[in-house]
Amino acid sequence: MTSTANFINIGERTNVTGSAKFKKLILGDDYDAALEVARDQVENGAQIIDVNMDEGMLDSKEAMEKFLKLIASEPDICRVPIMIDSSKWDIIEAGLKTVQGKAIVNSISLKEGEEPFKHYAKLVRRYGAAVVVMAFDTDGQADTAARKYEICERSYRILVDEVGFPPEDIIFDPNIFAVATGIEEHNNYAVEFFEAAKQIKANLPYARVSGGLSNVSFSFRGNDPVREAMHSVFLYHGIKAGLDMAIVNAGQLTIYDDIPPSLLEPVEDVILNRRDDATERLLDAAEQYRGQGGQKREVDLSWREGPVQQRLTHALVNGITEYIVEDTEEARANATRPLDVIEGPLMAGMDVVGDLFGSGKMFLPQVVKSARVMKQSVAYLMPFMEKEKEEAGITEDSNAGTILLATVKGDVHDIGKNIVGVVLQCNNYKIIDLGVMVPAADILACAKEENVDIIGLSGLITPSLDEMVTVASEMERQGFDVPLLIGGATTSKVHTAVKIDPTYRKNQTVYVTDASRAVGVASHIMNHETRAEFLKETRAEYEEMARRHAQGKKQSARAPLEQARANKYVVDWSSYQPPVPQFLGLKTFETYDLAELTRYIDWTPFFQTWELVGKYPQILDDAKIGEAATQLYNDAQVMLQRIIGEQWLTPKAVIGFWPANARGDDILLYADETRHEVASIFHTLRQQMARSSDRSNFALADFIAPEETNTPDHLGGFVVTAGGVEEQVKRFKEAHDDYSAILLQALADRFAEAFAERMHERARKEFWAYASEEAFDNEALIKESYQGIRPAPGYPASPDHTEKRTLFRLLESEQRIGVGLTESCAMLPASSVSGLYFSHPESQYFGVGKIGKDQVEDYAKRKGVPFEEMERWLRPNLGYES
Amino acid sequence: MRPYADNVKYLQDEALKRVLVFDGPRGTMIQQRQLSEEEFRGERFKDYPTSLKGNNDLLNITQPQIVEEIFSEYLDAGSDFVGTNTFNSTSISQADYGLEEICYELNFEGAKIARRAADAATQKTPDKPRFVVGAMGPMSKTLSISPDVNDPGYRAVTFDEVKAAYKEEAQGLVDGGVDFLAVETVFDTLNCKAAIVAIDEVREEKGIDISIMVSGTITDLSGRTLSGQTVEAFWNSIRHAKPFSVGLNCALGAEEMRPHIVEFARIADCLICTYPNAGLPNEFGEYDQTPEIMAEFLGEWAESGLVNIVGGCCGSTPAHVKAIAEAVADAAPRERKSQIVTTRLAGLEPLALPQ
Repeated sequence: MTSTANFINIGERTNVTGSAKFKKLILGDDYDAALEVARDQVENGAQIIDVNMDEGMLDSKEAMEKFLKLIASEPDICRVPIMIDSSKWDIIEAGLKTVQGKAIVNSISLKEGEEPFKHYAKLVRRYGAAVVVMAFDTDGQADTAARKYEICERSYRILVDEVGFPPEDIIFDPNIFAVATGIEEHNNYAVEFFEAAKQIKANLPYARVSGGLSNVSFSFRGNDPVREAMHSVFLYHGIKAGLDMAIVNAGQLTIYDDIPPSLLEPVEDVILNRRDDATERLLDAAEQYRGQGGQKREVDLSWREGPVQQRLTHALVNGITEYIVEDTEEARANATRPLDVIEGPLMAGMDVVGDLFGSGKMFLPQVVKSARVMKQSVAYLMPFMEKEKEEAGITEDSNAGTILLATVKGDVHDIGKNIVGVVLQCNNYKIIDLGVMVPAADILACAKEENVDIIGLSGLITPSLDEMVTVASEMERQGFDVPLLIGGATTSKVHTAVKIDPTYRKNQTVYVTDASRAVGVASHIMNHETRAEFLKETRAEYEEMARRHAQGKKQSARAPLEQARANKYVVDWSSYQPPVPQFLGLKTFETYDLAELTRYIDWTPFFQTWELVGKYPQILDDAKIGEAATQLYNDAQVMLQRIIGEQWLTPKAVIGFWPANARGDDILLYADETRHEVASIFHTLRQQMARSSDRSNFALADFIAPEETNTPDHLGGFVVTAGGVEEQVKRFKEAHDDYSAILLQALADRFAEAFAERMHERARKEFWAYASEEAFDNEALIKESYQGIRPAPGYPASPDHTEKRTLFRLLESEQRIGVGLTESCAMLPASSVSGLYFSHPESQYFGVGKIGKDQVEDYAKRKGVPFEEMERWLRPNLGYES
Repeated sequence: MRPYADNVKYLQDEALKRVLVFDGPRGTMIQQRQLSEEEFRGERFKDYPTSLKGNNDLLNITQPQIVEEIFSEYLDAGSDFVGTNTFNSTSISQADYGLEEICYELNFEGAKIARRAADAATQKTPDKPRFVVGAMGPMSKTLSISPDVNDPGYRAVTFDEVKAAYKEEAQGLVDGGVDFLAVETVFDTLNCKAAIVAIDEVREEKGIDISIMVSGTITDLSGRTLSGQTVEAFWNSIRHAKPFSVGLNCALGAEEMRPHIVEFARIADCLICTYPNAGLPNEFGEYDQTPEIMAEFLGEWAESGLVNIVGGCCGSTPAHVKAIAEAVADAAPRERKSQIVTTRLAGLEPLALPQ
């Protein structure tokens, strides 16, 4: 259950030199409170905590040992790695002798020369820690990019070549210094850091870059909004330059997109040293900076005249939150106990919603809006209930059951899961939502602790299927006896029946088609009268399905790979001159006009997300769902305006073109047009269905000129992202507004797709320029009636997700636009799209389908990946029992 | 000096061809013999002031022929490795008997006995050379956990004390002629890390390159070590030792251990060596899993490509080892996997940075 993250936050608050509060606690021997500081950091998202006890008034060594020993007794703190931070070796060593995990030493350097450096490095290695190396030598701390890099390179060579230190355990700290200090020489400090980071990442393989973030804003002490903006801007540019981690105040990071433009610009000027008067301007702006907000609305208010029960029901059914607090208060004042409001009028209103939903008169988006009303009402009642409980010592819970939901490890997609959660909440289930990328251990630990009635797993990408099997087998192993629900885009009843059901026998796995079915399934399970029968029937159904599946499998033989290759799709290259792109290498789009992208949005899948099925725009006039669709569409338009106006999304893209030729089923990318040096290889998979017709067995490589034709051809690639929306989504959720949260996530996905469409269009017209005459409207674009394709790894034509790693490396996606991959090759942020560009007029989309063992073996060999690992990645496509 | 590097090379090649076989527990076999207080004491300790019955490692000095007999039984059953009878031969563990002073000797003699037995077996079957593993067991005192619930910052022992105890043990074992040093039944990773530092120092001082085997213990169904780490966090924390093999032993039977071995097999880039108990103890605290059943489990592990070296821990006997050796004889061993190079850290849980 590895957790991977794109950027690592190292908590800085447990540092006596950086935090006056922590120092006071340690000097006052208040270690209990000091532990709370550590806990806060981890709870606020620190993935590592930095511990520093360098203080003259203190026995630092003893304090380090004592604090680390205490941390070792707190599993919710010491679950994360420790960074042992001191300028004195004996304190570091004391720390190393106290930490059982793999820690990071912060820091060693060449400041006392090579011999002590080597000596300490050897000891760090012996204790099994990673190490931060400061850009510091006998001449002092490096402040220019050149000197920073030079020291880091020298350190790297000594560590790797002479000490045998693993390069991946070296973390460079090229010194973050304060900018905007009024001293001119300091103005370029951040830029020098970025430049050094870039060089380190480009030239010192596997090494990492870190830094102490707070330093950069030292001259604005006392002005937190400005400091936080500076930190955010520094990280934004630092991460692009290759910063892997930084020591930060994990609870206090504003997101880049939230910085008001009036502050953002002067801060960027300072960080990037863009103008001579940057410091003065930032000082001015800091004073002027103020918050803003406001919204208006007008509606028919006649429903306000009814009795309170009617008003509550109306608000719930119509999803109106404006008056919910005052109505809830009125109901509360009339009721004996606050709980009566929930169990009485609110549940009565939700029953109406449930009936309307059940009879197909209300639809998912409306139900999610109802839930928002319900949640806000309950949130208002909460303090009253707490108080009542306290006074009477009551501990009662009156929900229909507790359901744990999680998107599995390696996967980042959670819109569907969020919708399921909301719908279930509407039906009085208590939902524990563990979020995305949740390791099996966390799911099960939480399930145990909370004694949940049902566990629900979600996932979108194919590797998640395996992870679900892992969770199921862990449940079996740990003796769980609760039903397991499976849902998400790549999941299916067949997969559930064949792969998951057999691994979890203690209780039953149930595949849930969509959010609307979730309530039915949950209520069958929670109802004592129906439960046994329901689970038994499900098991019988799945076993029958698995049996039929096993039989069916034998019949659909695959064509041998050689035969499939002989039947490849043949392009006549002798009469075709492939177009040449306008540039080779990479092009980054740091930002993109959101308004322009809205024109490229394909709305049909947006409605699908909400389980409203139909083609846009006809769906808006549909007799049955038209009203719900129109309402949803209008809400989406309002949010679109906010997204654009308040810049919630930061679309970014990187595209690239490379000289390419095919060799067999592989596509070779060359370093340059001389085509002597193969710089990288994309591996493609070939269809292996036994063909009786004259249809070919396709592989994507068929659309690239083979090397033996001597025809120079090219391949393109792209990654686009709408940017992360997690912060804004979180804000909505905290305001009990799941409707807006899900709406935003769904729109971000649409923006990413629209962006991919727009970039592909520009590729065809401008960058590859083979279709400059092309003029299609959006509908034609959606129909894909243009020349060339943009298949994505992980989709039917190219089902191997790991090809994304090659693509992302070539495009420097992580550094350039901050889009990375999880261990399952899901893109992070989630609202991102990637793929390859093929220009040939006959290139087309197809599904690789099931493939034979011969091809998996061949493919694994070509990729240089162990066979079993390849099988694991290709499992959904295996046409044989593995 | 033993040909450490050649042995490693030979075994790594051999491990590509077949699943290798470890031995079974010494303790179970010693208990079966129901030795008396007098037999434990032997001539040398006949007037020792306190009871010595149950100090199995002491037999290395007082009843070496019994210990050697046990090794021979395992070797006859098909073991490629025998582990020395030195599970508790550290000064910290022997302090229970007041025998801290004789630890070097316990280890030195323990190594020599196993060496004799292994060499005799090698002579009998020269095409199947046998190897001696110096067993370095856990201690009753642990570095990450406070024995006093009211004082979580307290520790009954220091890192340097643990390191010194392991160092003395390693010196005795190396001088006595072992081929490998195995830090086994690891409850607390920090103790294991102290042992790794100790071994590293011994290697440096003696100018030898003896390899380490590390075997952790998942103590219960939580899937974590006693000190709270997950398998992957444990691996990240000890990986710097560049072990010859890693794996798990003790506490669990094969059935309960399997998912954790699956996890280890997935993440480790060295050989996987594992020796579970003969099931879980029954209501009398006895292990009653039969050789056939245990062998069936381990045979399945081998078939599934999870393991390179298998053996038995508590409750297993030469009969178990024989059945296991037969069960894995025809299985293809686990292929060694190279892992993605990236920064890997750990607290109780692992943290891998993106590539």
